[in-house]
Amino acid sequence: MADIAFLALAVITIGSAIAALEMRSLIYGSIALMGTLGGVAGFFFLLDAPFVALFQIAVYVGSIAVLILFTVMLVKRELIFKKIEDPRRKFAGIGLMLVMMVALGAVFIDSGIKTITTDEPPVNFRDIGADFVMYYWPALILMGLILAGSVTGALVLARREDVENERTN
Amino acid sequence: MSELIDFTLVSVALLGIGIYGLAVKRNFIRMLFAIEIIINAANLNLVAFGRFLPHSGGQTLALFSIAIAAAEVAVGLSLIIVAYRMYHNVDIADFRSLKG
Repeated sequence: MADIAFLALAVITIGSAIAALEMRSLIYGSIALMGTLGGVAGFFFLLDAPFVALFQIAVYVGSIAVLILFTVMLVKRELIFKKIEDPRRKFAGIGLMLVMMVALGAVFIDSGIKTITTDEPPVNFRDIGADFVMYYWPALILMGLILAGSVTGALVLARREDVENERTN
Repeated sequence: MSELIDFTLVSVALLGIGIYGLAVKRNFIRMLFAIEIIINAANLNLVAFGRFLPHSGGQTLALFSIAIAAAEVAVGLSLIIVAYRMYHNVDIADFRSLKG
């Protein structure tokens, strides 16, 4: 049975995920997104994965959420507070969400996952380091190149001065 | 300690919310939020299965996934900035310059 810490984290994570999408102001939305990301980091702590949890806090809560906040601040004031969505699609979207949750949830509850429990000690983070340098080192190098390439590409895209639409001229 | 099925169900809920956001919202930034929520649902599953098997592969893959998601967000946000400079809007219904 789930314990108190798990339930509290689940409420925080799912509640702030809904708030991130439904809050009127984009700034509060991005702060709620921080709550979701932090809640997932809390789940990682519960799963005895402190290394991944701290990585999640450093990368997601520390940098991505702040990056999103700064981008939101660059947007015009009235667009931050305006809700842009299709009213016709709203109910279809909620239906899709419920169907998906019920169907996937029923599949998982019905499957053998329910019986999986473990008494074994958690994975030592030294094993993760060994994995990285022994088995996945080509992937690690490739990931570094992808990160460098994407950050350079993002900088070049954002710095372009010649992007102007003819409608605005 | 909680069981694997609990973490899986939370992850399903996050996935459902993310898909709802992608289907309903037309604001570029909100859609990026929804994508982030879906990626986090996937990471949660990876770490949960890695804990209960137990195998270090789950955490290793989750670390890779987090790093790649950071790159994706950087590119996505710069696309938002370029699109906003062109259209002075964040509504994806307005971004039609690739339409024939």
